[in-house]
Amino acid sequence: MTEKQITCIICPIGCRITVRGEDDTVLSLEGNQCIRGEAYAKNEFIHPVRILTTTVKVEGADTPLIPVRSDQPVPQEKLMECMDLIKEVSVTKPVLRYQVIVPDILGTGANIVATGEVL
Amino acid sequence: MAAAVSAKKQGAKQVLVIERDSSLGGILQQCIHPGFGLSYYDEELTGPEYAGRFIRQAQELGVKTLLNSMVLEVLPDGTVICTNAEYGITTVRAKSVVLAMGCRERTRGNIQIPGTRPAGIYTAGAAQRLINRQNEMVGRRVVILGSGDIGMIMARRMTLEGAQVVAVVEIMDFLAGLTRNRVQCLDDFGIPLLLSHTVTRVMGNRRVEGVCVARVDENKKPILETEEFYPCDTLLLSVGLIPENELSRTAHVEMSAITGGPVVNQCMQTSVPCLFACGNVVHVNDLVDNVSWESEVAGREAARYAMGQLPQSAGTVTCEPGNNVRYICPQHIALTEEKAEVDLYFRVKLPEEKVRIRLLCNGKELGKKSAIKVNPGEMEHIKVSMSDLTAGKLEVHVAKGV
Repeated sequence: MTEKQITCIICPIGCRITVRGEDDTVLSLEGNQCIRGEAYAKNEFIHPVRILTTTVKVEGADTPLIPVRSDQPVPQEKLMECMDLIKEVSVTKPVLRYQVIVPDILGTGANIVATGEVL
Repeated sequence: MAAAVSAKKQGAKQVLVIERDSSLGGILQQCIHPGFGLSYYDEELTGPEYAGRFIRQAQELGVKTLLNSMVLEVLPDGTVICTNAEYGITTVRAKSVVLAMGCRERTRGNIQIPGTRPAGIYTAGAAQRLINRQNEMVGRRVVILGSGDIGMIMARRMTLEGAQVVAVVEIMDFLAGLTRNRVQCLDDFGIPLLLSHTVTRVMGNRRVEGVCVARVDENKKPILETEEFYPCDTLLLSVGLIPENELSRTAHVEMSAITGGPVVNQCMQTSVPCLFACGNVVHVNDLVDNVSWESEVAGREAARYAMGQLPQSAGTVTCEPGNNVRYICPQHIALTEEKAEVDLYFRVKLPEEKVRIRLLCNGKELGKKSAIKVNPGEMEHIKVSMSDLTAGKLEVHVAKGV
């Protein structure tokens, strides 16, 4: 059995929730004050996901970088691995907003897309 | 941008945005992280996306822009003197002007950290610009002073870029920024947060070699026996923001000593009638969504002023911070015949749980609401309708109780 301390970010109260469970099963929850916190803590325990944002090199433009994001949240534990992959990528102008830079990164189903524009 | 869009929508014939940078969007361009627009657009956007929406709207509505242009002076009659490489010194005559210069970061000089003066000390925002827009990495082993949002966001950003963030050090006994940033920026990466601690000394000759960190007592004085050396090559400062009001002062706009920005009424109008102001130049905001709403008011009212449609005021209500309230924006309300709702934004002095917020006009209670938690880092908001107000004073009180 594993135990995780989770700070709920659904509202400003920021309940400290203690979650106990194994793999995909939550056995007990303690410290949440509402039902939304329960759902948040369960997801955070089973599989925390995050939107990844970073930058990608642009070759031959006045601006050396273009900001990018994952168009869906990616597993939190894969963030650094995604970064290692994105580091090797570069693009040439023009780049439009929401243009896909890296499709389906690490098989997560999330695309890395541009959030800025270089015209 | 929000003010320009709103001024156009209100019917202003010509709207010009004068920008110092080479592109539009201001600080949002370097804020590549998500978290913007949760209330304004009901979705989570990054800074460039949020700015992009306003830029597109401005272009569609025919807002003109002057980039790479530095405003040297704004005169109390609405004349703006600016300079750029193409036009030289240029004078723009406007019927009304919206001041939207934003804010600056407090620096090492502002907080007087003792020690040597090596390379490797950056404000968090300067480091953010270098990393996110200019492709320059600022360091490998980092201590961050201040738990403001930019500091925490940079802790995550530096970690993602391969640096090691040794600690985030905060002098107060509570977090300065938003809780969600602590969770997603510090806890996610196991970055330690040291509350009630401060940096007491910077060491290193050419480059930062480390900093001393000590616990502080209840008067925020460092306890020397607790001083510890943290080896690092970079110190980032996230120790507060100051509204950037050089131009407002030169234009003889009345300033508030508490916010560091112009005193405004509910139209975001300053003491100089043709000058309006919005965003971080008025008071430092934690959410861009609030800035956009406030700027819409400034743009709309500046347009009405230019078109001669702003009604005469029949009296003034002064907004006075009551119990546990540091300031209220706007500072006063010009009473008119118009049926309007006025949004009051305010910050508390100290964190408190389970509070009641009360709104009193000349002693009469006009509204109340309860909040589960208030925090100086998170701006609070309450509405009042103009028709309920009478000339005199309007107080906001925050006190424990339900």
